[in-house]
Amino acid sequence: MKKRYLLLALIILSFISIFVGVTDLTPLDLLNLDADQEQILFVSRIPRLVSIVVAGASLSIAGVIMQQLTGNKFVSPTTAGTMDFARLGILVAMLLFANTSSFGKMVVAFSFALVGTLLFMKILEKIRYKDTIFIPLVGLMLGNIISSLSTFVAYQNDLIQNISSWLIGDFSLIMKGRYELIYLSIPMLLLAYFYAQKFTIAGMGESFAKNLGLNYQQIIHIGLIIVAFITSTVIITVGVIPFLGLIVPNIVSIYRGDHLKKNLPHTALLGANFLLICDILGRLIIFPYEIPINLMVGVIGSAIFIYLLIRRQKNEA
Amino acid sequence: MVDIIHVTKRYGEKEVVKDVTVQIEKGKITSFIGPNGAGKSTLLSMVSRLIVKDEGEILIDGSDITKRKSQELAKKISILKQSNHINLRLTVRELVSFGRFPYSQGRLTEEDWRHVDEAIQFMELEDIQNDYLDELSGGQKQRAFIAMVIAQDTEYILLDEPLNNLDMKHSVQIMKTLRKLVDERGKTVVLVIHDINFASVYSDYIVALKGGKIVKQGTTDEIIRQDVLREIYDMDMTVGNFKNCRFCFYFH
Repeated sequence: MKKRYLLLALIILSFISIFVGVTDLTPLDLLNLDADQEQILFVSRIPRLVSIVVAGASLSIAGVIMQQLTGNKFVSPTTAGTMDFARLGILVAMLLFANTSSFGKMVVAFSFALVGTLLFMKILEKIRYKDTIFIPLVGLMLGNIISSLSTFVAYQNDLIQNISSWLIGDFSLIMKGRYELIYLSIPMLLLAYFYAQKFTIAGMGESFAKNLGLNYQQIIHIGLIIVAFITSTVIITVGVIPFLGLIVPNIVSIYRGDHLKKNLPHTALLGANFLLICDILGRLIIFPYEIPINLMVGVIGSAIFIYLLIRRQKNEA
Repeated sequence: MVDIIHVTKRYGEKEVVKDVTVQIEKGKITSFIGPNGAGKSTLLSMVSRLIVKDEGEILIDGSDITKRKSQELAKKISILKQSNHINLRLTVRELVSFGRFPYSQGRLTEEDWRHVDEAIQFMELEDIQNDYLDELSGGQKQRAFIAMVIAQDTEYILLDEPLNNLDMKHSVQIMKTLRKLVDERGKTVVLVIHDINFASVYSDYIVALKGGKIVKQGTTDEIIRQDVLREIYDMDMTVGNFKNCRFCFYFH
């Protein structure tokens, strides 16, 4: 797959995305928009498109960074507890500072996600038995513990409904004025590109990195900050989107290898495309209703994930 | 020159390296030999700053390694550990290009690429330079890692059991390459090596360790002797000469 095909696909899919929806809007209308259509276009369709593209690209990159740093293909914000910690952070923000802005919630979510992911990395250091499948299982367990804690606290405080709206990623609620925080993950993407080669070297192991004069701990921390920041901005604007950070990097790895600097544009483009396809399908299948994005990604994603697992076992046999 | 002066390393209560003093000469192959648990790898890791020593001093060309910037040291000294399990899918060429990281910080110049090409040529990896490491045999992988170290172009090259898991042909190939690096390019190579005969045939200087202490050090002729080897390994070996090389027979 060439980069320009991915870019072309992104343009075509974006185009389709803008014109799919309950309110009629065709490319021809663009020349002569009435007030309603203008409203739909600028308040709903374009914000939705932008947030899908940014979320798809940045979650995939968060995933690939985690996979590089842990040297494990099955670690991602979903399978390392990062998302669950971020969600707990939002809950804590709602409880402690009831009227805080989205930005305030995001900051708390970010701190929780960062601490949680650091905790996961510390657990990894302690584990002797570094089996490829075992490590993400540890992350999932950690995430589930945190998630049940969130549910318990939310239940006690009558916040179950609020917390579940962050559990389920949903683009149908994206509107002008409510999604702009997601733009904050764009500088993180640039930072990720800047550090790409260092992440790959760190992924080769501590002694390998030290031999090349790299400050290993510092690079790990920068990587985790980027991951936690991206995860919390996406959760606060869109909600949890599972598997994305897992599948997309794995697909790119198969055909491009793991040299992060060469991969990042592909990972970002493929992630955006993948999420756009899921979103467009979700909007079409039960038209005029909508299937939430996390369900679409979950179904398509877990199928691909199982395929990757089987493929891996075949390779190892 | 590397000066290891009264160096000690403890893990908890246990002293794994005890008050070791060695001088490693420039432009030579120096081998650390000794039974398992003698502290050879630990010593090598301390010289390369991967492990922090508890006592003593390590000087490279007269300056203390703890006082130098890690990034600067990476241009002076390189180390290859024995197990290089990487889970990343990288091509040979990509791996070798990482050797230039201390110079380029990731943005390789034309000169960096020249070093990469040269290292690939030196290790005869041209045909497989675009293959992924996880698809290569143990010997090819090891050659790729050594090529990376060559691209790093340091005066001192430290290798921890570079012949591990290699067959005879590849072992000889690697030792010959190391000899070439020393003889043609004036590099200084320090090895941890288990095969006493490879140590005998290819090194200039041998340092024998046992229980964290130096038992004996000297030129190959001084070390590869029945009485000395008995002291190091607690076993009897027959030492003989064959084509100007000293051999140990220890299979009986």
